[in-house]
Amino acid sequence: MRISVQEDPFELGAESDAFAAGIENAGAVVTFTGVVRDADAGGLQAMEIEHYPGMTETALTAIAEEAMSRWSLADALVIHRHGRLAPGERIMMVATAARHRKDAFEAAEYLMDYLKSRAPFWKKEILAGGSADWVAAKEADEDALKRW
Amino acid sequence: MDVLYFAWVRERIGLPRERVETTAATVADLVEELRGREDRYAAAFADLSALRVALDQELSEFDSPLDGVREVAFFPPMTGG
Repeated sequence: MRISVQEDPFELGAESDAFAAGIENAGAVVTFTGVVRDADAGGLQAMEIEHYPGMTETALTAIAEEAMSRWSLADALVIHRHGRLAPGERIMMVATAARHRKDAFEAAEYLMDYLKSRAPFWKKEILAGGSADWVAAKEADEDALKRW
Repeated sequence: MDVLYFAWVRERIGLPRERVETTAATVADLVEELRGREDRYAAAFADLSALRVALDQELSEFDSPLDGVREVAFFPPMTGG
């Protein structure tokens, strides 16, 4: 299990390869990548991601440990960036490995659902005109936790 | 204790962290104290349903006791992922 909270970009291919190469006895590897999206084509200049150093790592570790114990996982990886990101840049990735794909898919969804609303990150959208808005949490994201 | 603010709470209050000497028994008591300080605190803490609190880096509730707590953090609902 590896958790990384970092400002620097990450190489999706290299991270996926390294994760898959380190797995034994797993027939399924699932990866998910979150990308900064420009909702109103051309309107978004940057996304600023703030976090709570210390608590972030603790929370992500607890979430990943819970996933490891709920599903039969061989390994799990969470990488989440902070700082200023441009549209199209990768924000984060999760990877899960399991003997069978159902466990790997479900655990990846669980990781995503929890790190959306239980890991201390806050996103701010910097718009082309210079204005800035904090992204509001969605009720749907909170509701998503209920299924677990 | 150290009190930390994040995201728009930090912006409204105008600082990321401060040292607070208090005898408040619970988070809610501490919030009352802070609200009474200045308008910017009152503005930040106007609607508690829009806020979350962590005690020593663990998510907690507003009625949680502060006994033995060294670090309190206030922030809006998280938006990771």
